[in-house]
Amino acid sequence: MKKKIKIKINGKMNIIDDKTKLSVLIQNLKVPLKKVAIELNEEIMDKKKLNKIYLKKDDKIEIVHFIGGG
Amino acid sequence: MRQDKLIISNKKFNSRLIVGTGKYKNMKECAKAIKLSGADIVTVAVRRVNITDKKKPLLMDFIDPKKITYLPNTAGCFNSEEALRTLRLAREIGGWKLVKLEVLGDKKNLFPEMIETLKSTETLTKEGFNVMVYCNDDPLMAKRLENVGAAAIMPLAAPIGSGLGIQNKVNLRIIRNQTRLPLIIDAGLGQASDATIAMELGCDGILVNTAIAKAKKPFEMAKAFKNAVIAGRQSFLSGRIEKKLMGSASSPKKGII
Repeated sequence: MKKKIKIKINGKMNIIDDKTKLSVLIQNLKVPLKKVAIELNEEIMDKKKLNKIYLKKDDKIEIVHFIGGG
Repeated sequence: MRQDKLIISNKKFNSRLIVGTGKYKNMKECAKAIKLSGADIVTVAVRRVNITDKKKPLLMDFIDPKKITYLPNTAGCFNSEEALRTLRLAREIGGWKLVKLEVLGDKKNLFPEMIETLKSTETLTKEGFNVMVYCNDDPLMAKRLENVGAAAIMPLAAPIGSGLGIQNKVNLRIIRNQTRLPLIIDAGLGQASDATIAMELGCDGILVNTAIAKAKKPFEMAKAFKNAVIAGRQSFLSGRIEKKLMGSASSPKKGII
């Protein structure tokens, strides 16, 4: 069995497989990549390079999009 | 009359009315009000995606960013760091460079924190953003924003969402006279005539959210604001008559019986 790690996505604790690629996580979350921006540990990720990023324990991910605002 | 367009950072817009997308009952209502307002630019906020409820509708499904310019804002940011982070993320969503900077200083009156605003404007401009800046109506601060590269000066008419209308015409006129940058009234308008007054003062445009979204009939108010901005602009360009203390008859005296 694969080793599990705890990470935070948008402030909430999630348990995922160790060394999951960021691109795979985004796919699993069914987030429309074209409509979001992604931050990993407060660093903005290049959306074209998500498949090169392997997630590790205690990573903090923020996924944001546009909502109504004035 | 030659084409009279709003130009911001070399980009031309037909409408001088910018509308916010917040505070509507739902996204359908928001999208319809925007269409009726004729706005080419809408402000949007950057927030966390709801990763547990994927059925929640997305703004982009209702308002097509290919047809209407999204102007990401930094609403809710109280310092430069938060604002920079927000707008860098906004840019990453889809290459947005035209942004609305809004760094608040007080949770009650929502006045801008101008020192942080100035710092952020300078940094963002250096990073290649075109920064439309929510600011107070202080001509000196407006000048400093211009000096660090702001793309548009956006003074408040009154506190955000207050509906009080234009409170300081004198300052706005001074800012108008000192800058060639787009001057857009941002925040505090309550009814369509407020927009006309702003345009008659020589402003290049207005930004409104609450006055439309929270009107009893948002669709009608969206149309009213559209017409008010057009009327105000036409009035400004037409050159008003001088104000006089005494009456001046409109009908000729010659031929009176």
